[in-house]
Amino acid sequence: MTGITAANANQMYRIGIDVGGTNTDAALLDSDLRCVHKVKVHTTADVNEGIVEAVRLLLQESGVNGSDIRYAMLGTTHCTNAIVERKHLGRVGLIRIGAPATTAVPPLAGWDESLRAAIGPHSYIATGGYEYDGRRIASLDEEEIAELCRRMSGEVDAVAVCGVFAPVNREQEQRVGEIVRDVLGADMPVTYSSEIGSIGLLERENASVLNAALLQVIAGVVRGFEKALNGFGIDAQLYICQNDGTLMKSEYALRYPILTIACGPTNSIRGAAHLSGLSDALVVDIGGTTTDIGVLVQGFPRQSSAAVDIGGIRTNFRMPDILSIGLGGGTIVRLDDAGGVTVGPDSVGYELTTRARIFGGDTLTTTDVAVKLGRAAWPGTNADAVDGAVCGKVDAVIQQSLEDAIDRMKTSAEPVDVILVGGGSLLVPETLAGASRIIRPDHYDAANAIGAALGLVSGESERIYSLDDWSYDDVIRDAKESAVNEATAAGANSETVEIVSVEDIPIAYLPGNALLVKVKAAGKL
Amino acid sequence: MNKTTRLTTLDEQSIEYIAIGAAVLGTGGGGDPHVGKLMAMEAIREHGPVRIAQLEELDDEGLIVPVSMIGAPTVMLEKIPSAEQLTKPLDLMERELGRKVDAVMPIEVGGGNSLVPVLAAAQRGIPLVDADAMGRAFPESQMVTFHLEGIPCSPVAMADERGNSALMHTIDGVWEERMARALTVEMGGSASICDYPVSGAQAKQSAIGGTLTLAYEIGRTLFEAKQQKLNPVHELLTKLNGYALFHGKAVDIRRRMDGGFTRGEAVFEGTGENKGETMRLFFQNEFLLATVGDQPLAITPDLITLLDQDTGMPVTTENLKYGARVTVAGLRCDEKWRTPKGIETAGPRYFGYDFDYVPIETLASKGGAAR
Repeated sequence: MTGITAANANQMYRIGIDVGGTNTDAALLDSDLRCVHKVKVHTTADVNEGIVEAVRLLLQESGVNGSDIRYAMLGTTHCTNAIVERKHLGRVGLIRIGAPATTAVPPLAGWDESLRAAIGPHSYIATGGYEYDGRRIASLDEEEIAELCRRMSGEVDAVAVCGVFAPVNREQEQRVGEIVRDVLGADMPVTYSSEIGSIGLLERENASVLNAALLQVIAGVVRGFEKALNGFGIDAQLYICQNDGTLMKSEYALRYPILTIACGPTNSIRGAAHLSGLSDALVVDIGGTTTDIGVLVQGFPRQSSAAVDIGGIRTNFRMPDILSIGLGGGTIVRLDDAGGVTVGPDSVGYELTTRARIFGGDTLTTTDVAVKLGRAAWPGTNADAVDGAVCGKVDAVIQQSLEDAIDRMKTSAEPVDVILVGGGSLLVPETLAGASRIIRPDHYDAANAIGAALGLVSGESERIYSLDDWSYDDVIRDAKESAVNEATAAGANSETVEIVSVEDIPIAYLPGNALLVKVKAAGKL
Repeated sequence: MNKTTRLTTLDEQSIEYIAIGAAVLGTGGGGDPHVGKLMAMEAIREHGPVRIAQLEELDDEGLIVPVSMIGAPTVMLEKIPSAEQLTKPLDLMERELGRKVDAVMPIEVGGGNSLVPVLAAAQRGIPLVDADAMGRAFPESQMVTFHLEGIPCSPVAMADERGNSALMHTIDGVWEERMARALTVEMGGSASICDYPVSGAQAKQSAIGGTLTLAYEIGRTLFEAKQQKLNPVHELLTKLNGYALFHGKAVDIRRRMDGGFTRGEAVFEGTGENKGETMRLFFQNEFLLATVGDQPLAITPDLITLLDQDTGMPVTTENLKYGARVTVAGLRCDEKWRTPKGIETAGPRYFGYDFDYVPIETLASKGGAAR
């Protein structure tokens, strides 16, 4: 990669960083969103080290001044890892505002012991809650809430509040938050379920508890990111990537860390769209250990329709619909006595350059095979160390597993365009069954960081309307207006805000023709 | 189902399987069994495993009471019932009838109501009967086999989470539906209900036996097919003697509200062997009619259920999205639904579709669904 020789003085740049499990990628984009430079470093135990190193290399190699950088976007796997590994999670006090309803299913039902232990013992059901139309089921008992807070005192790092039908009426949740801060201190972080998720009490409650448990993690991320940038004289507006391909300001991220879960695959998909110029295609992102396949629909990742488990916990988040298979550039290839081959699912990961055959190591990997087959040239390596006889077989296995995975993600039998990104994409042959074209865009190995830098700023609205009181057109107009306002409040330029999706779901068995309307709007910075 | 070993107790694993099977038998409606599953698991954790009774084991003189939730499934996802709410109608029923309830049963095996009575059985320490009164899911409370055979629905007992309860005597199931539905709205869109209290003898005569075991077997088949990497749709249809009516992709979905129900239709473009064909699927909460051109492939009260082509997992009317690749599967309904009264109660004309009911196997033999 050759950097540009001199930075244009009038250019205002943006940096996108994507922290993955193995590598931290960073990309520098100019005002026209062209990738000016990109770097890749290892993600180390202290994740912030990788971020600092990536920014340092990016500035040094590109020659761009830190002061010319206007925006910095970070997509990170910190929060996902914290949940999956049950590490660094904060202790959470949960107050469900539901009694006398909801007692048949206690809080944290279905959580495993390790995660319950991380959260701590303070989960309660207090009196209160609303009906679907906003009528009160029961009033708050403020003394009861205060007593629950006193019980938590000193034993929680944050409080999550989740009320029945809070998405329809958030008044009780807000009041509980005030009491929490009265009793536990004005700086006690509070997560309100009405700000986290949609209808579906248990799933929203789970997501709210996880969000509260991640507040310390995200605070560390944002502080580390600010510090890293400040260290290089970068005074940029910071954004954190969400899993729907849009951005949130870092102040906002400090309150909603759960929204960062699974942003990595989303960033790759968005980056692939930008680099290829396509808006509808399959995106195959091959990293060191896994291949993630997602679907690009009108420039955004297709969302999964099923309830989404995060670290074994059911939530009602909308997540990108991703199929992961155990195939990457470091995937280990094994030969059996009968002459058969197995590929993966384990990988040498970032040790590729010491353990793989072409680097003088003793482990046969998929990259060895790709280099031997001439798909990739890797200067300074020795392809003679690879036995050519097995390469055909290995290649057939890889091709078959990719073709199967692509077929599973397609929505019709028609061939689709396939965009290949990620460092491991050199494994892929020239043609694949089911693919009309295989597109390998420039900067394919930094699609995730580029995707991070591109994000739009979004806002959402979700509400139940009664079609007896409103006309359908008025309902949709109101919902759209509300989503647009949310997007501009989050930092989008109001002139660029567009409606991304409108979904309306009639609610069965309710009078007044109740309609649940969800709208999402997004705009440029 | 006769060759299958019937369930004798419910543990956490069997509850998992039943929840999946109930969603398949829910034929697109009936609500998500997830909340019922969590309530059942919690009850078993607290009170121990629940004993399952077969219809044949029931004392003819015994009192069997169905326990269910009535209202909007969407409301139940949010306003989870209280633990007391599910036994309160049983208390009312006992007071009114002057005797103890000997066993409970689900009123419908399809959807969220399949596992609702587990909590009541666990709390009371009484058995849960392996039977229901639909063999599927239907939208209205008179659409039960008890109604078909002239068993009175009354007394009817209802409760909300606040502690309100009501005891009603209605002249028939249609009036129960009207009055219970009105009360449900006042109770905030969902309520617990016990109706059709029956004797053991009546249950043997009029309930559909073995349906919890059926739901269990469906869940287990799908789970094991996934583990063994077999085609789950194929495995399931073989197991159930079901019909793969159509393989297709959803290209248009239209829902509208009509009298508190989600009515509408979905259009599927054929894939694989159905390439070039178009199928229409009509629904009112549940899928009720499937047609290609003017030809019906399956008609209510036979079961029409949508299975994800890859996973075999059921797709509901609410979750059906553009682009979904599904197999439209048809299953025979219980013979009780094929009587003139059954067809009058839950046949195509009741739902406003201008078709005469023709059994699915007859349609299949004409070539409509023989795949």
